[in-house]
Amino acid sequence: MNVPTMAEMMAQGKQPEVLFWVGCAGSFDDRAKKITKAFVKILNKANVEFAVLGTEESCSGDPAKRAGNEFLFQMQAMTNIEVLNAYEIKKIVTACPHCFNTLKNEYPQLGGTYEVVHHTELLKSLLDDGRLSIEGGKFKGKKITFHDPCYLGRANEVYEAPRELIQKLDVELVEMKRCKSNGLCCGAGGAQMFKEPEKGDKDINVERTEDAIKVSPNIIATGCPFCNTMITDGVKATNKEEEIEVLDIAELIANAEDL
Amino acid sequence: MNYIDNIAFLILLILGVGFFVKNIQKIIRNIKLGKKVDRSDNSNARWQNMAFIAFGQSKMVKRPISALLHIIVYLGFIIINIEVIEIIIDGLFGTHRVLSFLGGTYAILIGTFEILALLVLISVSVFWIRRMVLRIPRFWNKEMKGFPKNDALYILYFEMVLMSLFLIMNATDVPFQQGDSGNPISQFLVPLFENFNVTTLYIIERTAWWLHIAGILIFLNYLYYSKHLHILLAFPNTYFANLNPKGQLNNLEAVTNEVKMMLDPTADPFAAAPEGSEDEVPEKFGASDVTDLNWVQLMNAYTCTECGRCTSSCPANITGKELSPRAIMMKTRDRLEEVGKNINKNGEFVEDGKQLLNDYITPEEIWACTSCNACVEECPVNIDPLSIIIDLRRYLVMEQSAASQELNMMMTNIENNGAPWQYNQMDRLNWKDE
Repeated sequence: MNVPTMAEMMAQGKQPEVLFWVGCAGSFDDRAKKITKAFVKILNKANVEFAVLGTEESCSGDPAKRAGNEFLFQMQAMTNIEVLNAYEIKKIVTACPHCFNTLKNEYPQLGGTYEVVHHTELLKSLLDDGRLSIEGGKFKGKKITFHDPCYLGRANEVYEAPRELIQKLDVELVEMKRCKSNGLCCGAGGAQMFKEPEKGDKDINVERTEDAIKVSPNIIATGCPFCNTMITDGVKATNKEEEIEVLDIAELIANAEDL
Repeated sequence: MNYIDNIAFLILLILGVGFFVKNIQKIIRNIKLGKKVDRSDNSNARWQNMAFIAFGQSKMVKRPISALLHIIVYLGFIIINIEVIEIIIDGLFGTHRVLSFLGGTYAILIGTFEILALLVLISVSVFWIRRMVLRIPRFWNKEMKGFPKNDALYILYFEMVLMSLFLIMNATDVPFQQGDSGNPISQFLVPLFENFNVTTLYIIERTAWWLHIAGILIFLNYLYYSKHLHILLAFPNTYFANLNPKGQLNNLEAVTNEVKMMLDPTADPFAAAPEGSEDEVPEKFGASDVTDLNWVQLMNAYTCTECGRCTSSCPANITGKELSPRAIMMKTRDRLEEVGKNINKNGEFVEDGKQLLNDYITPEEIWACTSCNACVEECPVNIDPLSIIIDLRRYLVMEQSAASQELNMMMTNIENNGAPWQYNQMDRLNWKDE
């Protein structure tokens, strides 16, 4: 796997096409690391010149901001912006909708203006430009439902890119009753990922997983490492792990071709 | 001596409109208690939002049944109120159906009003059935007990009575019925009154006429006390609504200045503040009371008509948590009203030992939010409960350090090692070789 860092690129006097912002989950969470690797494999295959910040990357500040800690968020943002601007980054891709939203919408005011795209958007444009081809492979004919991450969907109105990618896999895309702008949250947003839920009568991820189970898919596709964790837990909680797989769209594409 | 009616009408009109104007001024004053926020940009997009979302009700269609019923009542309200022009002229000058000289056009107008009146009557009855018989859950959440529940019913009864009075007024108007045009609905009510003599009919017609206009004026004044202000505030509320992507939270400028200073090695922390910078330093970070919120958030609270679409789509509420975005708006308004009354009584706000946070909205509610924006997306008039929740969280965290242990851990990790979990930043690229 070829994963150049910005520091290495700079040493060679090169500027990548796009910076891959891995994010904390993508860097450290065992499940999310698989998504990161799947995405890198696709980038390698499509000959995309990309780089990562590696150890120079730091939390985007999203969970701190949503938890109400504006100080910590802005400290993180400004430190990151300094690094990004020093490397003269123009375009950023990330597989985390939380990083995506924060970098895209909340950094410009603090001096960090970049073209920020979600990995499904980048993959879609690679496909449109003929740099990437997608085949169904082992997923052919499977029934897949897509869970809209709030920070990709409602927050930034990206609904179609992930769906178009899924449809390229020769699968049956089925929609849950609550989808797109009506999509139900997985329960992790707004810093909930890092705390126990408040007292209630049900866990949100179970409620959401039940939405998916109702359309009896073979696979629940997501585009967010947190959604992935929450839905995976939901599938376990409902004892469906034998029947339903939870996969990121990058994994679907990479695994279809055994990358 | 025949002017008594006209004078009585004039007094009624002045009182009705006068009180209304006075109350509207109170609302405007209360809204202005909010902090400044600039929404003067991009007026094209704002007019467009107002035209589509408020005037065109484009966000209502997500729930087609209530959208259809609502559009009937809305059209009925706007169109039938044209009749009020004639009522006012007749009332002031002692004329009767002054616009009837329009002939065929008049018949078409009144005929349309009658058909709409019937449709409104039907729609409002269905609304009542949805609330009271079908008991649609969003009308029965716990914040909908007591006045909020009755408020909704009063409004429905008001509309039923007003529409019935209009039709009765037409049905008992003998010359109008004799003309037999423009009475597509009221003609069917005529048989109800066939045993009455002309004088009685005249009295019924006059009574219905007076009650109709008095009812309209009372309803106009009831708005101020009710959840029904949305019929007016939906328009400014959609105009001034946030235009940024829903995921974008505002960056606090006061924090930006401080963080820049912290990160700038050449900054002199003891330097005198630059001229005029004092107004920019907020007395607190985030919001603990309504006066810490901005005026758009306060207008949101007055605009909310408590339909509960937000709450019925809120993942926290659906799964039984305390949080209800509608209750956030209702509590904000309740507290704002309380602050307003305090000002009315004392001339200025006198500390009452209460605030929005804790006394109205509990930390448990705001910590249950996933910031998923479902409530914002759902609101037919672009109210933003999430922005209030975030401002309250900011106060809890930045002023009171009152985040939970788990959230504090997450934040400490970000501070120390640049990730919400306790991993070494130097290990950030290890995945590459695993």
